[in-house]
Amino acid sequence: MDKFTNVSGVAAPMPLVNIDTDMIIPKQFLKTIKRSGLGVNLFDEMRYNADGSEIADFVLNQPAYRNAEIIVAGENFGCGSSREHAPWALKDFGVSVVISESFADIFYNNCFKNGILPIMLPKEAVETLMDDATKGENARISVDLENQTVSATDGTEFAFEVDAFKKHCLLNGLDDIGLTYQKIDAIDAFEKAQAEKTPWL
Amino acid sequence: MSAPKTLYDKIWDAHVADEAEDGTCLLYIDRHLVHEVTSPQAFEGLRMAGRTVRAPEKTIAVPDHNVPTTLDRADPATMTEDSRIQVEALDKNAKEFGVHYYPVSDVRQGIVHIVGPEQGWTLPGMTVVCGDSHTATHGAFGALAHGIGTSEVEHVLATQTLIQKKSKNMKVEITGSLRPGVTAKDITMNVIGKTGTAGGTGFVIEYCGQAIEELSMEGRMTVCNMAIEGGARAGLIAPDQKTFDYCNGRPNAPKGAEWDAALENWKTLFTDEGAHFDEVITIKGEDIAPSVTWGTSPEDVLPIDALVPSPSDFTGGKVAAVERALAYMGLEAGQKLTDVKIDTVFIGSCTNGRIEDLRAAAGVLKGQKIKDGMRAMVVPGSGLVRAQAEEEGLAQIFKDAGFEWRMAGCSMCLAMNPDQLKPEERCAATSNRNFEGRQGRGGRTHLVSPVMAAAAAVTGKLTDIRSFEGAA
Repeated sequence: MDKFTNVSGVAAPMPLVNIDTDMIIPKQFLKTIKRSGLGVNLFDEMRYNADGSEIADFVLNQPAYRNAEIIVAGENFGCGSSREHAPWALKDFGVSVVISESFADIFYNNCFKNGILPIMLPKEAVETLMDDATKGENARISVDLENQTVSATDGTEFAFEVDAFKKHCLLNGLDDIGLTYQKIDAIDAFEKAQAEKTPWL
Repeated sequence: MSAPKTLYDKIWDAHVADEAEDGTCLLYIDRHLVHEVTSPQAFEGLRMAGRTVRAPEKTIAVPDHNVPTTLDRADPATMTEDSRIQVEALDKNAKEFGVHYYPVSDVRQGIVHIVGPEQGWTLPGMTVVCGDSHTATHGAFGALAHGIGTSEVEHVLATQTLIQKKSKNMKVEITGSLRPGVTAKDITMNVIGKTGTAGGTGFVIEYCGQAIEELSMEGRMTVCNMAIEGGARAGLIAPDQKTFDYCNGRPNAPKGAEWDAALENWKTLFTDEGAHFDEVITIKGEDIAPSVTWGTSPEDVLPIDALVPSPSDFTGGKVAAVERALAYMGLEAGQKLTDVKIDTVFIGSCTNGRIEDLRAAAGVLKGQKIKDGMRAMVVPGSGLVRAQAEEEGLAQIFKDAGFEWRMAGCSMCLAMNPDQLKPEERCAATSNRNFEGRQGRGGRTHLVSPVMAAAAAVTGKLTDIRSFEGAA
């Protein structure tokens, strides 16, 4: 995984609440056996007509947001299916930060495995950033993971919380499996004890 | 004496293989269920890194999401090229990595969350994961079960652990008994209606109370299945005699002296008196009515005798979401839900595709015919459910009523295979998600129980099962 670097760019406003992973990447694109190439189908049914032409007023089709690296979203973003195709599609499109009041659990965890930073902020902060995002190219939102801050265009800074371990992995582009292998002795010991105590498991 | 623990605390504590100073744990996984859609990239990742599956004997694979459910599905021509490649990838990966496997041709094949319990892979006190959000289903056994993403699938395949932090405890108590016509599905939808789709985020829910105790194991699976629709990491129900009886004799359940030892252990799996819950929700069983969703989120749920709500009944971001939902669903505020016409009925899914669900639906359909022009299908949750339904004569009832009688799979629940709604088609479905486009682009989904789906197939409208009399 690539190291997460600070992001400063245009943010697409998506104020709808409960944006689910079926919306982010509809099921017909789950037939792939690869991780790559899903960006073109991100938000497919909101973004394209049935004939494949673009729906002009969808935010990511508007000239200002075609290269958005940040999404500011309504609460409970990423609810529903566990499909990791959702963060794969976001990342492939070029989005590396999603800001919302709240995220669904599985989606939130999946983001960190793919170099995407989901940022949870209180309502007022999200509202300020959502306003900022609607200004298109006239606004740039800056995200600093090391210092855990998001800055609006006018310089207003919002601090955010992130799990220290997840932050460390994101900043250093670390592979979880490699890290867990360093604790293989603990897993071996656990397995041995469990086989004695509860052999049916 | 140690502090009183919840059921979740007990299962969690018994599976921590390592704990870092900041509370990040390696949680040991007892059963890993795998299906064709969320696993190919994980197996490929192992292969690229030269890694193996650490515990193939604890890993169970079955294709379900993307397989055809038509009777002629053995013919490769029934699948699109990309679907065929995906199912073949699972065939190949299961063989290469040596995991347990139920291919499409095996009578035991079916929806992974139905096959696991049916084959005795799911047992009380376990940790169970799968690259599918409805893994919560297995919580019905008092197992800690939840969905994971593909990177985590790869992590579990490689290490048999997950990197996790503990969730908070929520208790959802359903007191008293259910009234006639009210089912496990109505319980779980009503809980989501009360908490909202994000209300469970950060929590593991333990369902308890008389109405839960009175449910069969299959009903309990329906309740836990939709814990994720309320945002919870997992749903749990303490095991009892019904649980033990269900497990006893299953192909992969312990036998003999090992069974006795397991039983002793399972009897300790309950929440201690005085254990702390971070949140408690109580619903009276008697207050739950047969229910239906009207919008595009599982929280958009109302009793069947209610009226379609208005955006002005809501606040905040939900106002715009409801406006959008009503437009998408083609509904008017103030309309009676029982006046909503249906053209498709889907009975199946990991929520309601078990034998009791089919018995309940067939009970309504006996001697009845589906409405003219109605498209109705039953997709049994597994090949064994299908075989049993045929043996009990249920299949004949469905066929006589005009239903299509399909092979096992996820089918129209997520519509990855050709079982889809066309734009503006309206479906009464026993599945778990009514999201925009879920059952096909532009398709409109109303989530209901199996008896309500069956009644809707006959009347052609959303129907209150309590007043359903059928055709003379």
